[in-house]
Amino acid sequence: MRFLLALIAGALFGAGLFLSGMTDTTKVQGWLDVFGNWDPTLAFVMGGAILPMAVAWKLTAARKPLTGGAFPTPSHPELDHRLITGSVLFGMGWGLAGLCPGPAMASLSYGGLGGVIFLVSMMVGMALAPGIGGKLDRLASAA
Amino acid sequence: MEMDWIWGLVGGLLIGLGGAVYLLGNGRIMGASGILGGLVDGTGRGSAGERAAFILGLVATPLVLSALFRPDITTHLTDDYAVVIAAGLLVGVGTRIANGCTSGHGVCGISRLSLRGIVATVFYILAGGLMLVLFRHLLGVI
Repeated sequence: MRFLLALIAGALFGAGLFLSGMTDTTKVQGWLDVFGNWDPTLAFVMGGAILPMAVAWKLTAARKPLTGGAFPTPSHPELDHRLITGSVLFGMGWGLAGLCPGPAMASLSYGGLGGVIFLVSMMVGMALAPGIGGKLDRLASAA
Repeated sequence: MEMDWIWGLVGGLLIGLGGAVYLLGNGRIMGASGILGGLVDGTGRGSAGERAAFILGLVATPLVLSALFRPDITTHLTDDYAVVIAAGLLVGVGTRIANGCTSGHGVCGISRLSLRGIVATVFYILAGGLMLVLFRHLLGVI
């Protein structure tokens, strides 16, 4: 049941990224590039996605997940240096290539060699992240 | 072109529906970087099957939809592989250190009015916008 629901969620996510044009890097960079020929599409995608999710969060009150367990609570309630540094690094990469993790996976079948190189580099970055995060923690505590 | 925002809205609703299924069904936050990253660094070993099923669905629907309706589709990704590798590394390291990306912090975080999600989103959008100013308008590289 958990696998089936995960498969359905992933399929909906993939269909949404495909239909919205978010696997097209020119549309993502076009939204980030406010000084260029600005493309508003990403704002509609974000707004459209937030609506059903906001309803879903409301529905989590007074019930449990369909497959049991508990709903997630925010894991790190505080704003910390990791959140800021990590988001800035992520944003830099996102702006450079126009791909974030979801679309990078969704476009695997038509993203060509470049898409595969991006995905592999991203996974290498993910493997390096725990070590880099530890170094950042030491820098932050020394500062 | 002028229809793009409608497709954006329709696609966005499907993305949010996927997140709702994952949350209400499995009690998990639909964050692309977390789902993949947990498989890469081993922290998600206990839920590896569920993560793999999600990624299978995520890769499969665009494959089928593109084959049926848009065989000519491309991501228009730059062919400068140095830029691609640098960007991939930054996205991988950054999303895991920040513990979320556009789907986890953006879609799932903002919709629950999480301060962390909102702050993360502001910073990655500002950083992304600055990269376009710097590398497109000033340096002309991308």
